[in-house]
Amino acid sequence: MRIDLRRRTNVPWWAEALAPLLAFTVTLAIGSVMFAASGKPPAAALTAYFIEPLSEIWSIHELAIKAAPLIIIAVGLSVAYRSNTWNIGAEGQFVAGAITGAAIPVLFPGATGVWVLPAMLALGLLGGAAWGAIPGLLKTRFGANEILVSLMLVYVAQLLLDWLVRGPWRNPEGYNFPETRFFDDSARLPELIAMGDYGGRANFGIVIALVLAAATAILLTRTKKGFEIKVTGASPRAARFAGFDQKATTMFAFLFSGALAGLAGIVEVAGAIGQLTPVISPGYGFTAIIVAFLGRLHPIGIVIAGLVLALTYLGGEAAQISLGLSEKIAQVFQGVLLFAVLASDTLVRYRVTVTARGRGVPA
Amino acid sequence: MIEAILISVIIAATPILIAALGEVVAERSGVLNLGVEGMMIVGAVTAFATAQITGSPYLAILTAALAGVAMAGLFAILAIWLATNQVATGLALTLFGLGVASLAGESFVGRPGVKLGDIAVPYLSDLPYVGTVLFAQSPLFYLSIALTVGVTVFLFRTRAGLRLRSVGDQPVAAHALGLKVNRIRTLAVLFGGLCAGIAGAQLTLVYTPQWIDGLSAGRGWIALALVVFASWRPTRVLAGAYLFGAVTIAQFHAQAFGVDIPSQFLSALPYLATILVLVIFASNRRFTMVNTPAALGRPFVPDR
Repeated sequence: MRIDLRRRTNVPWWAEALAPLLAFTVTLAIGSVMFAASGKPPAAALTAYFIEPLSEIWSIHELAIKAAPLIIIAVGLSVAYRSNTWNIGAEGQFVAGAITGAAIPVLFPGATGVWVLPAMLALGLLGGAAWGAIPGLLKTRFGANEILVSLMLVYVAQLLLDWLVRGPWRNPEGYNFPETRFFDDSARLPELIAMGDYGGRANFGIVIALVLAAATAILLTRTKKGFEIKVTGASPRAARFAGFDQKATTMFAFLFSGALAGLAGIVEVAGAIGQLTPVISPGYGFTAIIVAFLGRLHPIGIVIAGLVLALTYLGGEAAQISLGLSEKIAQVFQGVLLFAVLASDTLVRYRVTVTARGRGVPA
Repeated sequence: MIEAILISVIIAATPILIAALGEVVAERSGVLNLGVEGMMIVGAVTAFATAQITGSPYLAILTAALAGVAMAGLFAILAIWLATNQVATGLALTLFGLGVASLAGESFVGRPGVKLGDIAVPYLSDLPYVGTVLFAQSPLFYLSIALTVGVTVFLFRTRAGLRLRSVGDQPVAAHALGLKVNRIRTLAVLFGGLCAGIAGAQLTLVYTPQWIDGLSAGRGWIALALVVFASWRPTRVLAGAYLFGAVTIAQFHAQAFGVDIPSQFLSALPYLATILVLVIFASNRRFTMVNTPAALGRPFVPDR
């Protein structure tokens, strides 16, 4: 078998839009096979996975809770990836932002007032940006590989958090559990619709996510910085000729994506969790990479993709309860989805022909 | 005491060394496979499962290697034949592998594993001082040394190795000369998967004979860093792997020597050391640029 690729000269807009849909369909097909292989009826499993979580008010609230950090991180990452800056350590920047933001309610538990929450969010932004600045600086100053440095810092951030919640930041009234004290109400992100028929746990995180997505769309399409980012990613040579400072763009990409990941961290901690614990993320920083690609690095696409990936988390939990499937299947699904997204991108950019093996044909 | 430390350094260095050697071959052919961590942990869980079922650690190494090859094959189809972005595809492979391993390993948590026994080389293992350290080790240690020599000879002393490097440096020229660029790259990537799978087997058969979720703990990523650090030269990979092995082991012994540092800081040492060497070696351009495969990370789509 041989696969030949021919670059398409022009790509219709609808092909670009359909590619993620195709990827999702392929993922569902592969998922059905996986379910069937593990002895579950595929239709029932897919319903439990992708439909049931949408049928109840409380689980739609959970969807919003899980989508918020994914969207916030992925919007940041899309800016980085568009400029060809490979920040894959968003998980670490998420944790760093959660730590710096949580410093106020942990160190000053008596602090109350309307300033507390904004200050925490600002500190979260700063913490994430600072953690992201490390690979950015090492890349621009020394040429160190940003992929590996940003990834290594994930482990460092997680260990730092682990040390804090078991050591100096442990709740003095917490019976030695490895967690900080619960945040005061003024340090919590308020709930969106707490009461009434549509009430639930969802907080303002999802609103922050939507606002940031819109703001980033404007940044990318309406500002010079956005233009620089896109040109640097599409053609570094053209960017050099235009006089754009490549190092400044790399640094901006890391600061921006780091800041947003940090914000997502403090949003998660001040919103859904309410305290620091040794593990505060089910891999949001990595899943957000998939979100960014599924959303085709476009802020609006990322909002949709964020909801889809949030659904895979919920579906994993739902399928565990109703079908006894392991919730770990969610991560497999996410991996398959990213494969499908990347492959469908090839279908958009190239005309792919698959020929049966022909002997003697020069490759 | 010294002997015990040296042996533990060897055990810690071996998986990183094997995985990094495989990645050296893949990257020399111009393919950056960031999925080492994923291939490694799938190898690890496959080895554990095989050893549980058959009781044979050698069969376990074999199946782990095959699992690594299968994972690498998935990567090759996408990144080489469908020309997808190599960075993103490698990441997908890691995320997928971590998911598959944690799903497959769920029922193994807490079960005792099968240990791969050491093999003492007759006579040599009786040598004073170095005998037990170097010649009474797990077979995978001997394999890792043989691989270092083998990969060095292959890359720099054989015609096939020269072809592989030419594909990594000048794919267009290599294609014009009639070399099958993508076929060579596929073979190189599959070899990388084979090595990563075996490295994973070492984790569950030698390093910690049990299954823990996420047990590779970033070793695949450290192996990737090692390749950069070693500027794509197998002998330097060997040196680097032992350096990392020493740093990893230092954290366990530091506490025994009464160093009063929180364990988390010590656990962070290998990651911080990785960053440090990446910075040191990246700033020395003469050292790295000469050896960096010129077409690393760029898919090759032949013009017809």
